[in-house]
Amino acid sequence: MTVYFFIMLAVLAVGSALAMIINKNVVNSALFLVLNMVSLAGIFLLLNAQFLAIIQILVYAGAIMVLFLFVIMLLNVQDEEKLFDKFRFKYLLAFVLAIGVAGQIIYSLAGVTEMLPAISENMATVGTVEAVGDVLFTDYLLPFELTAILLTAAVVGALMIAQHKIKRTEEI
Amino acid sequence: MVGIDWFLGLSAILFTVGLVGVLIRRNAIVIFMCVELMLNAVNLSLISFASHHGNIDGQILVFFALAVAAAEAVVGLAIIIAIFRNNLSVDVTKINLLRW
Repeated sequence: MTVYFFIMLAVLAVGSALAMIINKNVVNSALFLVLNMVSLAGIFLLLNAQFLAIIQILVYAGAIMVLFLFVIMLLNVQDEEKLFDKFRFKYLLAFVLAIGVAGQIIYSLAGVTEMLPAISENMATVGTVEAVGDVLFTDYLLPFELTAILLTAAVVGALMIAQHKIKRTEEI
Repeated sequence: MVGIDWFLGLSAILFTVGLVGVLIRRNAIVIFMCVELMLNAVNLSLISFASHHGNIDGQILVFFALAVAAAEAVVGLAIIIAIFRNNLSVDVTKINLLRW
């Protein structure tokens, strides 16, 4: 049963990722990325990481992708008309490079696959909100607070970068 | 039960798809979304290792990676808005002020 779920979610994730990169319309690309995030959250559930599956949907598919869609619609981006209309040397180079990278990763995976650990039995209690929160607020308290400072700095920096230059009325 | 190598293989494939997207697309927003896809692929491999060791530290690392990815998305989109305001395009082939 788990195998069928994994195959379905994996096909969905890879298919939506491919559809994202070959789609000419930017809004469609963003929506395919949302589909990819949701199927990845399902795969996290298969790995017994329940807290991170919910966080994946809330933060990625919710917050970050809404931000992307806002920016796309704010900027009124045109479609890429010239994507794949004629053969370019750049595309060939990109695909050769990607096949090289994928082959390298999968070759190194195939070399160590018998050394990899078996599935742990106590995973059912590890990925819950209770277990994650227990560790997060004791052992990892300092990085957690630093994350809060980082997010505040990011918001302030983004406002500084993106705001209009305020001109005084007497200069105009 | 699905073995760990299937999850790692899926992670590798997603990372490669994101890499192809970064290389062939010209829209800065789509390139940015492909970078998010690559981040997600690495998160998947971290979670699969953490699950198969029965250890929670990998999941905590993924949590912090998510927070940093959110901060990075905010700042990156602000930079894209600033670039669009200057030269009315997010095509990376037309942004060549710093190109040698």
